[in-house]
Amino acid sequence: MKKYVCDLCGYVYDPAIGDPENGIEPGTSFEDLPDDWVCPECGAGKEDFSPVD
Amino acid sequence: MEKYLKAVKLTDKVYWVGAVDWNMRYFHGYTTERGTTYNAYLVMDEKITLIDTVKKGFKDELMARISSVVDPSKIEYIISNHAEMDHSGCLPEVIEEVKPAKVYASKNGKKNLCDQLGEMDIEVVRTGDSITLGNNKFFFIECPMLHWPDSMLSFLDQEKVLFSQDAFGMHLAGTKIFADQYDPNVIEWESKKYYANILMPYAPRVIKLLDEIPKLGLDIDLIASDHGPLWRKDINYILDMYREWSIMPPRKCALVFYDTMWGSTENMAYSIADGLRDAGIDTEVACLQNVDRSNIITKIQDAGVIAVGSSTINNNYLPTMADVLSYSKGLKPKNKIGMAFGSYGWSGESIKNIAAELEEMKVELVEDNYVVKYVPTKEQLEDGYNRGMRLGKTLLERIAAFEAN
Repeated sequence: MKKYVCDLCGYVYDPAIGDPENGIEPGTSFEDLPDDWVCPECGAGKEDFSPVD
Repeated sequence: MEKYLKAVKLTDKVYWVGAVDWNMRYFHGYTTERGTTYNAYLVMDEKITLIDTVKKGFKDELMARISSVVDPSKIEYIISNHAEMDHSGCLPEVIEEVKPAKVYASKNGKKNLCDQLGEMDIEVVRTGDSITLGNNKFFFIECPMLHWPDSMLSFLDQEKVLFSQDAFGMHLAGTKIFADQYDPNVIEWESKKYYANILMPYAPRVIKLLDEIPKLGLDIDLIASDHGPLWRKDINYILDMYREWSIMPPRKCALVFYDTMWGSTENMAYSIADGLRDAGIDTEVACLQNVDRSNIITKIQDAGVIAVGSSTINNNYLPTMADVLSYSKGLKPKNKIGMAFGSYGWSGESIKNIAAELEEMKVELVEDNYVVKYVPTKEQLEDGYNRGMRLGKTLLERIAAFEAN
């Protein structure tokens, strides 16, 4: 599963880690994150993320 | 030492109670030739409210100005719109002294304030939340990454003041309180410099916010930021400028910047600049020995063309160039065309390394590298002039294409 980087603040979403503080289990792909999920660092929406090459 | 200072009345119930830092010249890498202010505001409604504080070391100035209006212990609420140290540095001391009933911040504000300054009892507010002070209500609008994750705007409805934290600010120390009381050229330069150095990488967010503000239906008479003078007659001016700077359309301007060891790269810069000039482009030349990164990025903001040159030293460009390229790349300028140039003695890496950095910066290199060994001949300088001329012509085409879209 691909990692995604927040274009605004540089936070990297790693599916292996998820975002447990905000209810996202490890193993959740970026695509499967709910539409209203936001960057835990800066509040950017999913549309502000780019895949990490 | 005792302080005797006065607040400035802005509206019926709002006072400026900030601090003026006349001596500030270096703001985390940004040269602040005109000093700065740390603006804080007092709302004298039934629930007396303080918006933001000031940098550590300026607390006495803040408290003296508050005391010229009211006993600081009467403050009930403190709102922190921005957690950066120049607005929050003395927050723990102010809380200790004032003992407010509530301190408000965004979710990230609470986190960032506590991470930096230690645990504090902070109530989280979100976009759409409001608090009632008496006659006035405060509405909150989160604006993350403009320019920190915690950034938030607060709108005071009856006084019609938008407290915008760092957005729409500038580093300009003065005794005048409103932007319209200053030389407009100074205001344009300092607000553009602030935008370029602080907000440029978040341009998409700026545009989003500018689109949102009218939809919120706020009746704004005054924009009160956390640095420099405030906007009253010229609210539309600064909103329009922010949109323009965020879109960053190619403009008929060029910047040739360089550093040089023995004058050859400088000589090349001058020929390029004359070519650009003769193509009808408003061209500026800057030697990095004399112009610092924060002024360079302000000029890059406007420049449709950037020509960037350095001699080679120790298999790379000169250290001033490393400084400016690293800083500028992080700020993510866009819609630029350019060229790398420089003279060298033997290995000559500087030019291709500049070109690589410019490509990473998404500058479109429309001319191949302009390289000279040791000292340029007249023919080589003529080549530089012609390159400048072509860069200028290409820019004019790009401007036409941009405008056609």
